[in-house]
Amino acid sequence: MNPLAQAPSLTDFGHDPWWLILGKIVFAFLVALLGTLLGVWFERRVVGFMQVRPGPNQLGPFGLLQTLADGLKMAFKEDILPKAADKVIYFFAPAISVICAVTALSVIPFGPMVSIFGHQTPLQVTDVPVAVLVVLALSSLAVYGIVLAGWASGSTYPLLGGLRSTAQLISYEVALGLSIVAVFMLAGTMSTSEIVAAQGNGVTLSLFGLDLDGPGWYAVLLFPSFVVFFISIVGETNRPPFDLPEAESELVAGFMTEYSSLKFALIMLSEYVAMVTMSAFTVTLFLGGWYAPWPISIWSGANSGWWPLLWFFGKVILLVFVFVWLRGTLPRLRYDQLMRLGWKVLIPISLVWIVALAWLRTVDGWETQSRLYAIGIPAGILLLAAVFWPSRKPKPQPTLAEQVENRPQGSFPLPPLDLQVPPSPRTRRMVAEREPANVPAGQDSEEV
Amino acid sequence: MTTSTVLAAAGAVSGGEAVTFWILAPLALAGAIGMIAARNAVHSALWLVLTMLSLGVFYVLQAGPFIGMVQIIVYTGAIMMLFLFVLMLVGRDASDSLIEVLRGQRIAAIGLGIGFAALLGSGVYRATEGSAPVGLEQANAAGNVQGIAQLLFTDYVFAFELTAALLITATIGGMVLAHVERRKEDKRDQIATMKARFAPGNYPGPKPGPGVFATSSSVATPARLPDGRLSDRSTPEILPVRELTAEETTLKGTEK
Repeated sequence: MNPLAQAPSLTDFGHDPWWLILGKIVFAFLVALLGTLLGVWFERRVVGFMQVRPGPNQLGPFGLLQTLADGLKMAFKEDILPKAADKVIYFFAPAISVICAVTALSVIPFGPMVSIFGHQTPLQVTDVPVAVLVVLALSSLAVYGIVLAGWASGSTYPLLGGLRSTAQLISYEVALGLSIVAVFMLAGTMSTSEIVAAQGNGVTLSLFGLDLDGPGWYAVLLFPSFVVFFISIVGETNRPPFDLPEAESELVAGFMTEYSSLKFALIMLSEYVAMVTMSAFTVTLFLGGWYAPWPISIWSGANSGWWPLLWFFGKVILLVFVFVWLRGTLPRLRYDQLMRLGWKVLIPISLVWIVALAWLRTVDGWETQSRLYAIGIPAGILLLAAVFWPSRKPKPQPTLAEQVENRPQGSFPLPPLDLQVPPSPRTRRMVAEREPANVPAGQDSEEV
Repeated sequence: MTTSTVLAAAGAVSGGEAVTFWILAPLALAGAIGMIAARNAVHSALWLVLTMLSLGVFYVLQAGPFIGMVQIIVYTGAIMMLFLFVLMLVGRDASDSLIEVLRGQRIAAIGLGIGFAALLGSGVYRATEGSAPVGLEQANAAGNVQGIAQLLFTDYVFAFELTAALLITATIGGMVLAHVERRKEDKRDQIATMKARFAPGNYPGPKPGPGVFATSSSVATPARLPDGRLSDRSTPEILPVRELTAEETTLKGTEK
């Protein structure tokens, strides 16, 4: 069977009976909930491993039920409503976060066309021509959850956390959007299922007369976009090292300081669901979606039936691991460093890369020779410029004696540079005290 | 081509479209009215968000999924968020005052507003009454996004670039107004800061904490030096160093 026949297109959506739609929605919701339940456990275990300690290991096999127990404990805690809180908004803010995070999963393709009780249907809740924009819109709405939670709490730390996160999320959304533009340019569509399908066929590279089948993954073809995108989604999900809205050393717990009980649980839930959703989104856009990675893809049946679910969730778990890895490795950025990275590094790189990519695409149609000229000459100029770029002349470093000479009047006294440290008088005394011990013991015994 | 196009098929209004419209239209109206009626500025902004979200869904219903999503991303996601940002900085208790400055302006505004809405609504209604929309299928033939891109980068490219230039000008203007240029000599790196700290005449140790030997936790409570004098280094510069009264030193409590 041709594996590409398995890839759904936009026309395959919208023909499902109601029970199938309901089933898919429940499945996506379960993915979100289980992702949180296992995600918290996974994160604590992996961070524990990185910090050479066991992590939760008591409840259930490998401590798997720890999150469930924590969740139950949270539900039975007292729900505190601060006196100064804006009651309605305080109540709705966590719900907004959760709704936005979970809904984004509905446009993520989990797998190809499968047969469920005789119905040929794609493993995806729905798809629209602008599915990627749906995810972007939801992630921009999810900011409201954080900002309103911070504002409605009616105290200072949450407000500061909320303000920080507004600025952070808006900045990183720009870089996020720009890095996706490159994907649109190659795939020619904004629908998630078609972007995955576009990554299914590998590119054929002809090197010295040899035809090599390269991977079709955009993580390889659009590597700069992939890097910018991944950094942006770490900022967008408030994960370390970009977890400034909730920097506990500065802001207690940031926007969620005043939250307790189930509302706090909802905020936690939304955070982990957002992590899973964004990982799934990355897999969809850049890592070939549900297509099997290379060694497995040799097997012809790898991309049909229910197998792709396995590859998809394998990739998602791998990305979640990277999230946890980042948390275990990197210290938190300062706020101005975060803003500088977003505006002065990520956005310019994205813009330049998009323009370069657009130019490469127009070059694609040219003859081989003029294409070689078109790419080779600018590359050569860049290389020469990089080699012969004048390096900054190092300032002559004043010698130690000069530095001492130039110290202003009344500075803290310095010991002389040619100071000979005299041996400590105490050392001498100890040696002197020891001297009698050197006297041979024989004389004493003779006297006795 | 897609479900959204089918929903807005020429002439007829399908069941799904009608249901969605009659759910969201009252919500959009409620958002608009709530925005005016709300006392709190942040509540006003949130009501407006509701209206904008409903409008976004309306665009999707009218077979314009791209413009619908852009409405949500740009207007609700970015512009309203900046509004909220400013409002939150203003302070949560900043509500409108209810004192009428102009006599009768409220009633006049309501009357004129209703009159304008009636005029506009009836005008649009009479103009579109009975006419069937045509050309939707052709416009979306190559896909909604591709159709918009085709128009935007051919017929309307000049207007598009003019808008971009206008926005960039506004942005640069804002940056110029807000940017404080610092001379190169004024920027102190870590080494210079440390040298200044240990320069003669400056005490390099930490400042004495406020409220040492004091009965109050207020930052205005100065520390006492060993000879009993008050230290002016222990309080912020804008506060004068003085003995606090008993009333000032009592605990304020955290409740409002």
